[in-house]
Amino acid sequence: STQFYKWLNHLMSLHVQTKPSNCSPDWETKVLEYFKEKLKDNEAASWVPSLNDVPVHYLKANSLVKFRCFIQDMFDPEFYMGVYETVDPSSKSKVLRSGKYKDVAECGHQVDLNTKNAVTLERQTFYCVPIPGESPWVKEISFSYSCSNPARVVPSTSYAPCRHKRSYEEDEDMETQPHKQKEQLGTTDIHGSGDPKRLETEAPSSLSNAASGCSSPLDLNFPLPGEKGPACLVKVYEEWELFKVNDILEVYGILSVDPVLSVISEDKDSSLVDPMDCTESVEEQRVHCPPASLVPRLHMLYAHRLQHNNPLLPPAASEGQSSSGFLNDVVSVRGELLGYLTHVLLGDALAAEYLILHLISTVYARRDVLPLGKFTLNLSGCPHNSTYTEQLYRVIQQLIPSSFRLGMSLHNMNNLRLVPRKDYTANRLLSGVLQLAPNTSLFLDETQLEQGQLDSTGVRNITALGNLISWQKVDYDFNYHQMEFPCNINVLIASEGKSLLPCDCHVRLQPQLAPPNLEQYISTIQVSLSPSLLNKFRIYLSLLRTLDYSISEEVTKAVEDDFVEMRKDDPQSISAEDLHRLLVVARLLSLSVGHTTLSRDRWMRAKHLETLRTNRTEQQKCVNGNEP
Amino acid sequence: MSSPSATPTKGKRTRGSNPPTPTQSEPVVFMKLMVVINGEICCSLPAPLNEIDMSSPLTYGTPSSRVEGTPRSGLRGTPVRQRPDLGSVRKARQVDLHSDHANGPEAPASEHSVGQKLVIWGTDVNVGTCKEKFQINVVGDPVLNVNCEHLQSFDADLYRQLIAYPQEVIPTFDMAVNELFFERFPDSVIEHQIQVRPYNALKTRNMRNLNPEDIDQLITISGMVIRTSQLIPEMQEAFFRCQVCAFSTRVEVDRGRIAEPAVCRNCNTTHSMALIHNRSIFSDKQMIKLQESPEDMPAGQTPHTTVVYAHNDLVDKVQPGDRVNITGIYRAVPIRLNPRQSNVKSVYKTHIDAIHFRKTHEKRLHGLDEEAEEKLFTEERVRTLRELAAKPDVYERLSSALAPSIYEHEDIKKGILLQLFGGTRKDFSQTGRGGFRAEINILLCGDPGTSKSQLLQYVYNLVPRGQYTSGKGSSAVGLTAYVMKDPETRQLVLQTGALVLSDNGICCIDEFDKMSDSTRSVLHEVMEQQTLSIAKAGIICQLNARTSVLAAANPVESQWNPKKTTIENIQLPHTLLSRFDLIFLMLDPQDEAYDRRLAHHLVSLYYQSEEQLEEEFLDMAMLKDYVAYARSYIEPRLSEEASQALIKAYVDMRKIGSGRGMVSAYPRQLESLIRLAEAHAKVRFSDKVETIDVEEAKRLHREALKQSATDPRTGFVDISILTTGMSATARKRKEELAQALKRLIQSKGKVPTMKYQQLFDDLRAQSDVAITKDMFEEALQALTDEDYLTVTGKTVRLL
Repeated sequence: STQFYKWLNHLMSLHVQTKPSNCSPDWETKVLEYFKEKLKDNEAASWVPSLNDVPVHYLKANSLVKFRCFIQDMFDPEFYMGVYETVDPSSKSKVLRSGKYKDVAECGHQVDLNTKNAVTLERQTFYCVPIPGESPWVKEISFSYSCSNPARVVPSTSYAPCRHKRSYEEDEDMETQPHKQKEQLGTTDIHGSGDPKRLETEAPSSLSNAASGCSSPLDLNFPLPGEKGPACLVKVYEEWELFKVNDILEVYGILSVDPVLSVISEDKDSSLVDPMDCTESVEEQRVHCPPASLVPRLHMLYAHRLQHNNPLLPPAASEGQSSSGFLNDVVSVRGELLGYLTHVLLGDALAAEYLILHLISTVYARRDVLPLGKFTLNLSGCPHNSTYTEQLYRVIQQLIPSSFRLGMSLHNMNNLRLVPRKDYTANRLLSGVLQLAPNTSLFLDETQLEQGQLDSTGVRNITALGNLISWQKVDYDFNYHQMEFPCNINVLIASEGKSLLPCDCHVRLQPQLAPPNLEQYISTIQVSLSPSLLNKFRIYLSLLRTLDYSISEEVTKAVEDDFVEMRKDDPQSISAEDLHRLLVVARLLSLSVGHTTLSRDRWMRAKHLETLRTNRTEQQKCVNGNEP
Repeated sequence: MSSPSATPTKGKRTRGSNPPTPTQSEPVVFMKLMVVINGEICCSLPAPLNEIDMSSPLTYGTPSSRVEGTPRSGLRGTPVRQRPDLGSVRKARQVDLHSDHANGPEAPASEHSVGQKLVIWGTDVNVGTCKEKFQINVVGDPVLNVNCEHLQSFDADLYRQLIAYPQEVIPTFDMAVNELFFERFPDSVIEHQIQVRPYNALKTRNMRNLNPEDIDQLITISGMVIRTSQLIPEMQEAFFRCQVCAFSTRVEVDRGRIAEPAVCRNCNTTHSMALIHNRSIFSDKQMIKLQESPEDMPAGQTPHTTVVYAHNDLVDKVQPGDRVNITGIYRAVPIRLNPRQSNVKSVYKTHIDAIHFRKTHEKRLHGLDEEAEEKLFTEERVRTLRELAAKPDVYERLSSALAPSIYEHEDIKKGILLQLFGGTRKDFSQTGRGGFRAEINILLCGDPGTSKSQLLQYVYNLVPRGQYTSGKGSSAVGLTAYVMKDPETRQLVLQTGALVLSDNGICCIDEFDKMSDSTRSVLHEVMEQQTLSIAKAGIICQLNARTSVLAAANPVESQWNPKKTTIENIQLPHTLLSRFDLIFLMLDPQDEAYDRRLAHHLVSLYYQSEEQLEEEFLDMAMLKDYVAYARSYIEPRLSEEASQALIKAYVDMRKIGSGRGMVSAYPRQLESLIRLAEAHAKVRFSDKVETIDVEEAKRLHREALKQSATDPRTGFVDISILTTGMSATARKRKEELAQALKRLIQSKGKVPTMKYQQLFDDLRAQSDVAITKDMFEEALQALTDEDYLTVTGKTVRLL
């Protein structure tokens, strides 16, 4: 397959360079078809170097690369020379060339713009960044997965330092290099971002930086503070309507890092010769034509939208052959997970149960404005002034593919930009913390909130969080108007008392044990977990989200009867809202054991759980009278 | 600026260069190349530089220097204003169609005072015949706006040409119009020659649909202005003077480039020509950024932007934030990577040269521009809507399509449906009453957790100009408007709040009861007068806020107390409550059959697939279109029977209470009834309000009253609960108590002062009903008002 990649690259460069003028019109589509077919094969796809872990300067220009990314913004469509004619100055011979998949028209030749053979075509540009909040283990596994290939085991000691990168680029025999370097860099990368503590400490400074305008050389506009990785301008040639902002994609395309692209932006300030150039402000130039070394261009050949970014699962959930096998031992995995989380939650099994339900919840449908399936959990009773919430987040981060912990300190609330905002001077969407990919977990740490004054930004931020939780939407700020973007974010609120934010379900944590050293306690639990079991947990949590679910007529009837019965005894005991929650709990509970229909037992179990939970809250009310 | 090696600067369509390349799909026969200047025909000259130099000072004669007399003199004397919006205009080619009578019998060429049958692609003459359609009004602006829709209905072919070749066709329009004008009004003095500005090119697209095929065509797109640049002086004509012999020449800018003369024609020195800036001619230009309007956007995508150039008097016509329809020519220009290299970036820059602006949303400050408000519906869509309207149960259908996820509450949904449609707007300003509210206001109150917020969210998402605020989070300025200092320009800017923003829409206010009093007081004006007066930081103005208010309030005691009146439950001032047409209670009915249906509804909500539900209900888009169509096209008037029915209904309402000495209806209730009846007629797409509409209005009004204005003590519906904040029985009882207290005091004989507590105890002992301290104080207050006694501290003193 090394040969395959080599060949692929060759073919690509062929395609990029010239389009034979005598070829049939569907030549291009045929080539694309062929590519897609080849890339479906997992093996082949894994040979394509990924922009996610290989730095741009190690990749050969005009070669085939892949990029797992998140669409942060969509720029205006651009018209380009689809077909143009060049004239050789010496021989005066004319050649038709294709402008597809590249940024700059052929050098060294005169371009004849007035020929009737010229065709203007349209393409769309997406600004893509790596998936926000992607857990370190996802990166690690994606990397080691491709490394497991025996053909690529090259001792890392043979790796030459970066200084020599030029020679590699010129090296004709490229195919093994990217992987070698990838290996090396991958490891350092993991250590770099694998330390959540550092990530947290980094957050406020870099964010305030971003808020005060781009004081840094170039703000790459990552939704989350402290993120790293390449941003990329992805040029889409067909069916761009199918993609939406906040989608996650795996893009296969041709890398374009032509240094000429960077020249423009530097030249701009000095020479304002062409009156047409004043259409773009300097800020806009910076954003839309950043230096290619920082933000490479990627001309999309083929992309598929990802349902999830869990590397342990096949990319498309529908191909669930392997998953059906897994479903057999779902129950045992669930038991293990419950035990693990119970330990983490200081022995509180009920909270652990609800945490599982929360982690597998997802918005599966919307009825007009009402999102169905969301299950925001408020874990109250978390000890104040301790690192417990942070520890808890680290445990969760280990289990799910992407997540973010937002410390709701007054400073953060008053200063962070949660909601993305359109910057009209630079003509781009300034990202905010709430611009997240579907199925990302947002861990709100309310224990960090102290008494104090919220300013108008703070109020807006709290409102935005409330909207996110209640309606699963974020209203992006377009200055003159707002635009609603539906989202699917699992929100977990850790708080001391009941959270000030709305939530679907409130569980009061009742620790059964009080270890003297929390940090040590949690890390002992984490260490004792075997990697294979951890992977099983990861598969479990991602897989169950994708299952379908239904309720039979018979059970519907039973549920109705039950509801009427409960209301008869005490109308105050259960409201429509409670029934809503109960139905969600029942659904998640069934799914958590791999059942795709609701059974009577599960319904009773859901009711039982809810009773336990509400009793606990009632109790708390009695103990602590002023808590609502 | 002058790189001769890099002359090609055009898109794929080449046009206007010599010799013309027939890239157009049009089979045009070029018999003779003619150059037209000022309406006069000169013989064709090969090089463009040899044209008659019409921009020399001679042509720019002042009006007084005009040669009077001949009908053409007006035309000749009026300066031509260049049209940078069209590119290089003066090189319009003309074709003599002697041999090719393409325009056939339709060309009464003789009308043209120019003897020859000269037409440009058969256009010029047609414009001549168009003249009846367009009135030239000498109102100052020498601009003729031409609605392309009219043009199309007049001559489809001409329209097609205008769309496809605007750069050539519009100048010929200009010519024709000017000839016509000065023929009619030879003596009129106008600033410059009339310019034709076509608008509403039917090819109206949203920005998203623009594609390479539209390059160099006339397009109309709508959008919102997000940024405007400073004024840019753009050189139209460069003035060069030879530094050796002082010979001067002028060079016209051709598509943004100036061909600098390399050799002086007089003394043949090379590179001696220098540009003299202050003798060159400049025109105004402004860059405008236009963004797609949010309504046109597919969900989940970010809006596109386009660059628009405005020229001359169109500069500064629009401000950021304006919603506009722009008609102009779409252009694409290649980007040069480096002026010194011949390398070209394979991308074009696109922009629109604006010819015509039309603001679509300026009525917020001025009158209502109905035409702009009209949403375009395809004929097919209209047919479907009409079919739906013809169904007898359309009212029920629509109301059940409203927020299907919310269970039952049929009447509330019906009320909200009528609110969506609204009444007919009437204007009584001539009789002094001013506008008459057409908007219906609704208040929902009830227990928490009865999906009030959800209903509000739904409505907010349904209507095009809805606003959603929460009483808790909004201040008076957030609702109305506030003055802000722009940090960059130090200019004061009026920022409008939710109520103004939802003009002609619905303002949804959640947690109405949590709103502060000062905020609520703002609503008084809005809810009846539909305007908002602002006097802040030197800005005094009255903004229109023709908003329907849909508010939701929770009871004060968190649970609705059925033993109390609405006012007591929600603690809102009755002055505000009486401004709501309908007040509904959303309570938990607590009845078994209801519970069962509710449970069924919820369970099915959770497992039915998307498609299944869609079949059952009309989709949201349909409902949206239906409402939009009815709002813009249907204006029902009261029929004779309907007015009789309304009168009868009102009289009946008055009668109900009169038996018990209560007033049960006020004119406000009559107005509500009329509005509701009109809205119901709109639902049926009927131009007349008929008896059935009145019946439904009455029923709904009664239902709402029954819920909100029932006196819990007597069980009667009592409108005064809402209008005066107190039920008639309560008031009566208050009076009785005051009288009893008076009698008690009188019975005590001549004592000037009494102990407060003593009096209270006495009254309680005497009365057979329980008397609270509040009631006692109220009675004392009533007597104080009568000047019978005063209360000072713990003593009561008789006067």
